[in-house]
Amino acid sequence: MTATTDLTTDHSRAVADGAHTHSPGAASAAPQGSRAERLTSFSLDDIPVPTGREEEWRFSPVARIQPLFDGGLVTAGADGSGVRVTVEAAPEVKVETVGRDDARLGRAGKPGDRTGVTAWNAFTEATVVTVPAEATPADVTSVRFDGDQGAAAVPSAAHVLVKAERHAEAVVVIDHAGVATLNQTVEIDVADGAHLTVVSVQDWADGAVHTSSHRARIGRDAKLKHVVVTFGGDVVRVTPDAEFTGEGGEVEMVGLYFADSDQHQEHRLFVDHAVPRCKSRVTYKGALQGSGAHTVWVGDVLIQAEAEGTDTYELNRNLVLTDGARADSVPNLEIETGEIDGAGHASATGRFDDEQLFYLMARGIPETDARRLVVRGFFAELIQEIGVASVEERLIASIEAELEKSMSVITGEADPATETDAE
Amino acid sequence: MSTLEIRDLHVSVETKEGPKQILRGVDLTITSGQTHAIMGPNGSGKSTLASALAGHPKYQVTSGTVTLDGEDVLAMTVDERARAGLFLAMQYPVEVPGVSVANFLRTAKTAIDGEAPKLRTWGKEVKEAMGNLRIDSAFSERSVNEGFSGGEKKRHEILQMELFKPHFAILDETDSGLDVDALRIVSEGVNRAKENTDVGVLLITHYTRILRYIKPDFVHVFVDGRIAEEGGPELAERLEEEGYDKYVGAAAPASV
Repeated sequence: MTATTDLTTDHSRAVADGAHTHSPGAASAAPQGSRAERLTSFSLDDIPVPTGREEEWRFSPVARIQPLFDGGLVTAGADGSGVRVTVEAAPEVKVETVGRDDARLGRAGKPGDRTGVTAWNAFTEATVVTVPAEATPADVTSVRFDGDQGAAAVPSAAHVLVKAERHAEAVVVIDHAGVATLNQTVEIDVADGAHLTVVSVQDWADGAVHTSSHRARIGRDAKLKHVVVTFGGDVVRVTPDAEFTGEGGEVEMVGLYFADSDQHQEHRLFVDHAVPRCKSRVTYKGALQGSGAHTVWVGDVLIQAEAEGTDTYELNRNLVLTDGARADSVPNLEIETGEIDGAGHASATGRFDDEQLFYLMARGIPETDARRLVVRGFFAELIQEIGVASVEERLIASIEAELEKSMSVITGEADPATETDAE
Repeated sequence: MSTLEIRDLHVSVETKEGPKQILRGVDLTITSGQTHAIMGPNGSGKSTLASALAGHPKYQVTSGTVTLDGEDVLAMTVDERARAGLFLAMQYPVEVPGVSVANFLRTAKTAIDGEAPKLRTWGKEVKEAMGNLRIDSAFSERSVNEGFSGGEKKRHEILQMELFKPHFAILDETDSGLDVDALRIVSEGVNRAKENTDVGVLLITHYTRILRYIKPDFVHVFVDGRIAEEGGPELAERLEEEGYDKYVGAAAPASV
């Protein structure tokens, strides 16, 4: 028996503009009812190829993801995959390539959708990144996936496990560039008392199709900062799940995305409060520009009956810069106990505010610079929250590059290189 | 010495029911150093004049001309007007989340002057101007107008007027909603700008109160989208005593 309650719903700033759907409760959005009842499994037989009508696929371009639904994916990094996997580790951090029978794999949750289960069954070798107990490396550890032109035609699978042992503190960045058709699992294991930051950057070139199941388990008094940044690729669908396994755990999930014409960027999150006194904060912000740009954000939070003292808040904001773009935003909050500290969500999708533009231009600032200021401002606070300087700098540069594109749309110039604004 | 010349200005605003005529032939000439007060009842078109001069896209100029030293202002974009030396202190300044006051001021100053201000002197200048307007220095790091009180927003507008040094400043009901202390601080700012830069001021107000602090050279009474009466400071004193009743009564039949 599940009671579904919205404790707080801040819709005061939501803008009804047609390009926005918003289901305030799990009961209305999820035909199959509670998120807790959704099937998870390691078996391909249990989770069939979706038709696109399923709750978890209803916003997705399933035809474009089709190659990743079938078995027979090549392991990324293997000969012929067209994907190069490079790891640059901090000195204290251990990196291994292991077979799929390694006992450490498959311990953080189970796949919850078709691409998740396909990825799990496809890989032959996995990359395991271990931050040893009590190690606090100063350097960032990075795992890069680079796809070459041929990689788009070779659907591939990848499995990464990031393990922070007891009281370790580290930052791991997973990077994606080039072109690939990649189905990926990222397991994140944060042991008791550890503080781990995992950043996943989808900086793909045009033509890339990428699905990724992130599954995190967060131990007692452990803290995970989980950052997702999506800029490039034709279709990117990231589904981060976070599960608390001990009291006092904390997860901060931050996401930032920028969709251009005909890009589909989907982020589906699930935070499972299964134990008492844990805290979760979800903040995702996205900008959209160009016809056919489509973003989807779904944030499911489940507070189970035994999770007393839970404190959770999730927020999604979308900024629609041009006509023809669509942002879907669906926060779902299920609460099975009344003994909680706080629970809430907010979602708003708004068009670019012409009054802001007028105010800035009335101070002599040219339109392109004014738009840039507003969009930068929209993301500014979130970027500061990431707390990894190298990632922040890259992000600011990527936002600038995205804005160059929108300026060419606005000014009607085909070639953004003709922009003369000095930065 | 600059001249802002408004001739037979007609302006309409887009509404759900179609375009609605607001200004019906405004004539006004302002030169550097002069202060013109525009007074009038609610709905007479005072703020429309301010917005139309700044180039707000909601307002359409249907006929008439506006020139600044002979240059056609109406042909300029919003930002070009500001760079040509027009400044509008807005009645409802807009929040710009995530853009700090410091960054905003520097960006605008750079755009208006065509070059970045000298780092050292600019910092000092901003600090001093903020001090004069009793704006806490912590404001520099806050987002533009976000969470500002009504008085803080207006002081921030006048701060810009002092720093950007426009040829002409249009103050759109800068006094409304201010308590006496804030009104005095804001007025001192305007008077400093007048002293230091010889700026021409178009002071739009509903009340005579601000005219005790900022002395107008000319007073124009706006009724039903045009100037109904003009005079010197003594006209403001008369309005103080008589109110707008006589104009509103007289204008009503004309607008039918």
